[in-house]
Amino acid sequence: MHVPDGFINAPVSVAAGVAAAGAVALSLRGARRELGGGPATDAAGTTAERTAPLAGLVAAFIFAVQMLNFPVAAGTSGHLLGGALAAILVGPYTGVLCVAVVLLMQGVLFADGGLTALGVNILVMGVVTVLVAYGIFRGLLRVLPSGRRTVTGASFAAALISVPMAAIAFTGLYAIGGTADVALGKVFAAMAGVHVLIGLGEAAITAATVGAVIAVRPDLVYGARDLASRKLELRTSAVAVPGGGTAQKPRSAAGAGAEAGAGETGGPQPVAVAPIAPRRANRKVWLGGLTAALLCAGVVSFYASASPDGLEKVAADNGIDEKAQDHAAKDSPLADYGIAEIADTRLSGGLAGVIGVGATLAVGSGVFVVVRRRRAEGEENAASANSATPAGTSASSASGSDGGAV
Amino acid sequence: MSSTEDSRRDEGTPPPSLQVSSLAYAYPDGHQALFGVDLTVPRGERVALLGPNGAGKTTLVLHLNGILTAGAGSVTVAGLPVAPRNLAEIRRRVGIVFQDPDDQLFMPTVREDVAFGPATAGLRGAELESRVHDALAQVGMEGHAGRPPHHLSFGQRRRVAVATVLAMKPEILVLDEPSSNLDPASRRELADILKGLDVTVLMVTHDLPYALQLCRRSVVLSDGVIVADGGTQQLLCDEGLMAEHRLELPFGFDPGSVTVPGR
Amino acid sequence: MGGTGHAHKLYLHAHSPVHALPPHCKLAAVFCFVLLVVSTPRGAVWAFGLYALLLAAVAGAARVPYGHLLKRLLIEVPFVAFAVLMPFVAQGPYTEVWGLSLSTSGLWAAWNILAKGTLGVAASVILASTTELRELLLGLQRLRLPPMLVQIASFMIRYGDVITDEMRRMRVARLSRGFRARGVRQWGVLAKSAGALFIRSYERGERVHLAMVSRGYTGTMPAIDEVSATRAQWARAAVLPFAALAVCLMGWAL
Repeated sequence: MHVPDGFINAPVSVAAGVAAAGAVALSLRGARRELGGGPATDAAGTTAERTAPLAGLVAAFIFAVQMLNFPVAAGTSGHLLGGALAAILVGPYTGVLCVAVVLLMQGVLFADGGLTALGVNILVMGVVTVLVAYGIFRGLLRVLPSGRRTVTGASFAAALISVPMAAIAFTGLYAIGGTADVALGKVFAAMAGVHVLIGLGEAAITAATVGAVIAVRPDLVYGARDLASRKLELRTSAVAVPGGGTAQKPRSAAGAGAEAGAGETGGPQPVAVAPIAPRRANRKVWLGGLTAALLCAGVVSFYASASPDGLEKVAADNGIDEKAQDHAAKDSPLADYGIAEIADTRLSGGLAGVIGVGATLAVGSGVFVVVRRRRAEGEENAASANSATPAGTSASSASGSDGGAV
Repeated sequence: MSSTEDSRRDEGTPPPSLQVSSLAYAYPDGHQALFGVDLTVPRGERVALLGPNGAGKTTLVLHLNGILTAGAGSVTVAGLPVAPRNLAEIRRRVGIVFQDPDDQLFMPTVREDVAFGPATAGLRGAELESRVHDALAQVGMEGHAGRPPHHLSFGQRRRVAVATVLAMKPEILVLDEPSSNLDPASRRELADILKGLDVTVLMVTHDLPYALQLCRRSVVLSDGVIVADGGTQQLLCDEGLMAEHRLELPFGFDPGSVTVPGR
Repeated sequence: MGGTGHAHKLYLHAHSPVHALPPHCKLAAVFCFVLLVVSTPRGAVWAFGLYALLLAAVAGAARVPYGHLLKRLLIEVPFVAFAVLMPFVAQGPYTEVWGLSLSTSGLWAAWNILAKGTLGVAASVILASTTELRELLLGLQRLRLPPMLVQIASFMIRYGDVITDEMRRMRVARLSRGFRARGVRQWGVLAKSAGALFIRSYERGERVHLAMVSRGYTGTMPAIDEVSATRAQWARAAVLPFAALAVCLMGWAL
């Protein structure tokens, strides 16, 4: 999703750059407050000095975690974008700061994202994602009964919504400074539709990761610090399941939260419950639905994981939305889509497009699920020979598919 | 920066490099780690601080340069009390080498990392360069100044970590588990380097043979107090004491049979 | 793997006039160049050809092999896909091309994105290929990026590899215990790794902070290295943006 040069015109790029600089400046101040404290403070007031090392390490973490592949199915995998995760784990200011630094370094070192589009990228992927995610997260925590499940659930909802919101923000910028006169409704539809799917993957991974952190070091989850001590008590009483219990917890908790999130936003989110509810009772029912939903997101990251090289990988996530469109275009008769859209360019038409894109991807990918699930039974013992996916596309994350770049 | 440390005073007895008296400390969460520690390390001596896990060794070390502030008791470094107003000078005088060299080497290149301490203290230009060069030469790493720490071997990183602290010309060198994760050759190289340094050393370690090799004197910290203080060889030969404080020698190692090299 | 250490993935070691330029001059020149490219009206097709020639000349002077440059341009492929879609989905009058009904404005938009995006990536690749990591950071610092931001960036760079290594070790540990990530069902385990990675990173940050404070850190980095540029170096770096300015102005005038 890293916007390249030339996508947004010069004046809007510059304006976005100024706005992003302002946001980063504000975050520098706020991060100092968020990262202050800790046991190593002394009388000389060393609190304020923690910003650089801590934010730097968190930025390195985000950078690294973007290389961690989460296999979806059929040799495809997705990975985390990290904005929502950063916001929840280290707070909104530090979150913006870390994402901004990651984007800056990707732009300067890897030519990933245009230099003139840096402002746009920081605004969309840093500021909007982080603020939306953190706002929703805190809002939900306030409304819902406190507990670890709520935290993971709220993380899920926050990440889920933050991704399409970023897409919408991008559409807004595109509306002002876009260089192609595509019907706005159509851009909106494509962006939002595809990003709801990406958001699902992002949400599941974010929630599970937050759940994993909160199980071990609840004090390190910035967004839920105030709950930390209470949560420790809850853990001992309610979660007295040894061993695998912890793995299960975040998932089911996330499911509960997703329902809450779905209630708020409506729309395509019932699917959202699917990806994280699996291991419980009606597993089979869910598994089909969730795999379908995730596979959609998977198609997207298909391309992203085409190269196991981490660097390429980090670079490739940008391609997600446009490539997915490409895919949609292949599957459904492009002309129909276009003509229908041109006939009705109003927002409602756009919203229909959201569903359209989603459905197209879902149907197209549904086939994969069936094929894949059959194969999966037989392939349990086989070596990782599944790199040739039903689509015939070489998703070569085959070799082990879970790990970082080597 | 006073010049007293740079040119050693021969007349009179110098104040001990480190003096800890009745030091007690509890963490903010109420957990008390130190219960009245007394420890004096005279200038130029190498002392091993032994103790089981959880004895309070790290807590003690963090008091030596004022990262933690004593709840009761006091710490003085070469006569200067560890107090907020002296922190800058205290941190120059007390050089802590942390266990994981990756934590210690946070700058992009070895040279910048070694320069960090003295530069923070205000050194610039040629003086800074010579300080960096000397410190790296002391650990035999002068050929690697321009490299990023990540490209060094673990043993090399540990040596550079020692150099980062030596560059500050410390009064006392505090090493946290200096031999951990080192292969035998790197271990020996580091021992040779440490023996060659003309500086007070406090070495926190589980590695008892290493303590015996490098330090004539050892103290045992257990449950937040110093429970033993004496010659390393005698301590290691006291089986009752060793067992009581969970200190175990490697298999087949007999401390009594080792001839401790003189300094 | 991540671009860390002294050199990074795109960096090509060589001695060329472009390598020798101070980093902040290069950064400023590339930024101005890209800004000018973006500001050029898309109708001036020849102007983009001239820009490409300018970049080719710089790449030649920098001894950056064209293959290296072209390979990295692949990063743009997603946007090529986007651009290809443009003529189909954009509005406005249509033209017939090879029997397809394509939107004229869409064709222009596709051209616009492709041309400007490609030039932008190429310029950035040349910058990254000729500038060491450390230099880039110093250059950003010299260009008055907030010092705290530069500090954060340099910590990110310094510890990127350390953390990637930890991630790799966790992966090996998982594999050694027979774990194979095949699908969504394994996400719990992977997310735990990610969570553990975060905790390790954060705790390392705290330890690094301790190590810094122990060596007298009070919030500002001492200026150990600084880069400076002579007037002549600035002038040399300015050749590219000034040539681009001329092209851009002509693009508007003609």
